[in-house]
Amino acid sequence: MSEISMTVNGRAVTADAAADTLLADFIRQNLSLTGTHVGCDTSQCGACVVQVDGASVKSCTMLAAQAEGAAIVTIEGLATNGEMHPMQKAFHEYHALQCGFCTPGMMISAIDLVSKNPDPTEAEVRKGLEGNLCRCTGYHNIVQAVLAAAQEMRG
Amino acid sequence: MSDTGIGVSVKRKEDKRFLTGKGNYTDDINRPNQSHAYFLRSNVAHADLNGVDTAAAAKADGVIAIYTGADIEAAGLGGLPCGWPVHNQDGELMGEPPHPVLAQGKVRHVGDPIAMVVAETKKAAKAAAALIEVDLADQPAVASSPKAIEDGAVLVHEQAAGNIGFDWAIGDKGEVDAVFDGAHHVTAIDIVNNRLIPNAIEPRVAIGEYESATEDYTLYTTTQNPHVIRLLMGAFVLQIPEHKLRVVSHDVGGGFGSKIFHYAEEALVTWAAAQIGRPVKWCAERSESFMSDAHGRDHVTHAELALDADGKFIGLRAKTLANLGAYLSTFAPAVPTYMHAVLLAGVYTTPVIYCNVVGVYTHTVPVDAYRGAGRPEATYILERLIDRAAREMGIGQVDIRRKNFIQPDAFPYQTPVALAYDTGHYDGTLDAALKNGDVDGFEARKAASAENGKLRGIGYSTYVEACGAAPSALAGALGARAGLYESANVRIHPTGSVTVFTGSHSHGQGHETAFAQLISDKLGVAIENVDIVHGDTSKIQFGLGTFGSRSLAVGGTAIDKAMDKIVEKSKKIVAHILEAAEGDIEFDGGTFTVAGTDKTMQFGEVAMAAYVPHNYPLETLEPGLEETAFYDPTNFTYPGGCHICEVEVDPNTGVVDVVSFTAVDDPGTVINPMIVEGQVHGGVTQGIGQALLEGCVYDDNGQLVTGSFMDYAMPRADNLPNYNVATESTPCTHNSLGVKGVGEVGAIGSPPAVINAVVDALSELGVTDVAMPATPQTVWRAIQAAG
Repeated sequence: MSEISMTVNGRAVTADAAADTLLADFIRQNLSLTGTHVGCDTSQCGACVVQVDGASVKSCTMLAAQAEGAAIVTIEGLATNGEMHPMQKAFHEYHALQCGFCTPGMMISAIDLVSKNPDPTEAEVRKGLEGNLCRCTGYHNIVQAVLAAAQEMRG
Repeated sequence: MSDTGIGVSVKRKEDKRFLTGKGNYTDDINRPNQSHAYFLRSNVAHADLNGVDTAAAAKADGVIAIYTGADIEAAGLGGLPCGWPVHNQDGELMGEPPHPVLAQGKVRHVGDPIAMVVAETKKAAKAAAALIEVDLADQPAVASSPKAIEDGAVLVHEQAAGNIGFDWAIGDKGEVDAVFDGAHHVTAIDIVNNRLIPNAIEPRVAIGEYESATEDYTLYTTTQNPHVIRLLMGAFVLQIPEHKLRVVSHDVGGGFGSKIFHYAEEALVTWAAAQIGRPVKWCAERSESFMSDAHGRDHVTHAELALDADGKFIGLRAKTLANLGAYLSTFAPAVPTYMHAVLLAGVYTTPVIYCNVVGVYTHTVPVDAYRGAGRPEATYILERLIDRAAREMGIGQVDIRRKNFIQPDAFPYQTPVALAYDTGHYDGTLDAALKNGDVDGFEARKAASAENGKLRGIGYSTYVEACGAAPSALAGALGARAGLYESANVRIHPTGSVTVFTGSHSHGQGHETAFAQLISDKLGVAIENVDIVHGDTSKIQFGLGTFGSRSLAVGGTAIDKAMDKIVEKSKKIVAHILEAAEGDIEFDGGTFTVAGTDKTMQFGEVAMAAYVPHNYPLETLEPGLEETAFYDPTNFTYPGGCHICEVEVDPNTGVVDVVSFTAVDDPGTVINPMIVEGQVHGGVTQGIGQALLEGCVYDDNGQLVTGSFMDYAMPRADNLPNYNVATESTPCTHNSLGVKGVGEVGAIGSPPAVINAVVDALSELGVTDVAMPATPQTVWRAIQAAG
């Protein structure tokens, strides 16, 4: 076991974890932030995507120790002072979630996509989300939500 | 119409917790002092299990207990029950080979559980499992149903000769054969309805807990129907009386059928919790999901359609081999029989139909209901046959369908295969789809595609399905071991807010919103003052749960019935307080009025009067305002519709691009159009997935080749187009809401529309058939073979 420290959703955290602890498990188990989900064991589904120093990362592909000192944002940290992020609002408005299990990773991937490409085309959104599986929505409403959120985020 | 009533796209109440990471999925639950389970599973498809040596593993760090098939047998645990056996053609009830919760004597599929390790951590349990020595003597295996019924094939179960689980039929074979003998034209087709793996994104999870002081058990599990699990596990596997067993299923991350069934892990964590006196938690890894969640489809069918000279369908016959897998899953026999063969009339007036279905055991994961469950397979047979018949006879795809449609004035319509459709308007949904899909512009689009070197095709599917399961007496007569009603308790609180306890379960369908809309619409209560409670047997009276697109048609109608009782009682209270005759009290939108007067009471005032009964007819009426209803439907419901798909095929690579998809469905009365559209989007995507991407592959040794998301192609955002979906409703005539259901229509109607489009695109090259999934390799090979 070793002590691992990072900033999660703006809060400094320190916890003891085994050296081979994945960031996803550290977030879920050590920090009890269960909004980050694990849907596979081959880094294919994208349910566990979080922000690490501003970039979207599948947290099952990274050791917690590799995130030492990093700034992490999870689904629990997207809202600001109780005000939902434009991506959260758009997912609600456009019915871009059904069971909600893929939603945290999907939204964080989408936020990264829009931050890199503020005015994406529909095709670019679809290409940009191909690392996140959703079994419920057929992606149609997710794409509409991301396009709407991009417009909102551009101001 | 109120702004939160029936027919309004109310934004979902449940979204907030999912959008902020506050969902309560089963893996988010951790119980004090819990231990962790890991299952050692067979890595071969068929072997004699001669011994399991757990001595070394038991000494490993953190191990609390290890259980094997021998321990389970010694403890007297029952096997997993089948809830719906069917009868063979000779009238005998099919056999039911044992399905032990841990393998005994043999392993029968890759993933069959051999031992359960319980340890302080999941990591310790998994590490210890690697130390278990299993003495397996490999045996030959058979994975495909045609091979399993060959003479001399290795047997999956000694008691199932020829690997035949059942041999079932519907219709008069002699009568149908006679029609074929005199037919003007017969079209035949051989179809493999590809095996699918459901893959809800949330893997299955189960946590067992036992309170020794009270002898109460609790199971937290990812299920679509907690009461069914309580009944099956309590009564058949663990012999726990229902009042001592609580099953909890909070937020569930998708089901699609795979979370209907009672699984071994649920029983084992519950039992083990009592053995060790600590909670036991198991969370599937995705690779376990692939080899332990029930699979779907896997039909091999030969079908023939007889037509007269005008293209009228005069008879249909089919033989289907349905792969059951290695054991009978909970509803496995019902899916290829009563949910498949009885749909072969489709939306057409075909007068005689015969279908023989043989259920076949193989050394594969058990097969059971997956979104659509039997109805996609039937629709695929029909719509591929009709597409081919039209081509062979030189009739247009639209014309051949129209001339065979059941007409609107023919309802109720008794099909030759048991079902009686109540309503439908198949020309209506077809007309709307032709318009919405701009079919008139297809030739121009095809020419434009050709200029880009692409082959463009259009495919049609006009379908009907049967859902809203089901009339209990009918289901019982057909072999079901459960009733198929649904229950609701509507509790009005003193200040007029409402809690609804429903036996339906929501795992993405938006019940917390749509069901609240029913309350808001009828009782005039603001939607924020309505809570929908589901998924906990300790709170909810009883319930059969959510599958077969039944939640609104059966569970919603139960809520409506309970509300009727609330209104009836309220009228008595109002009549007393306003000193009027009960028969003169009218109710609309939350206000009670004495007919012909300006005397009124609001619904909230009545609630308060019921709980503070100072001025109340106590001699004739109990205080309080809470009613329960159990609703048993009188018929199935019959959503129908038309799906039209356009594809572009690159003839050099075989890549198929779905360039447009138009769906016009008839789900009956629509409560929330936004949610209905979302259901169609999701269903169509699973249908396109089946048609173009997804296929479970076993090799000849029964090894699961597609055992992860690396090998099994799930639909992704960039595989799909935007959808063009709409509804054209004819209300159901036999439930009070007029609703039919929409959860499965997308997956039922879409696969043949896609494949018919691919065949259409390739028809100029001489291609007449393309198998699912129509991957680039499959399509390219079809092109080469035709060339």
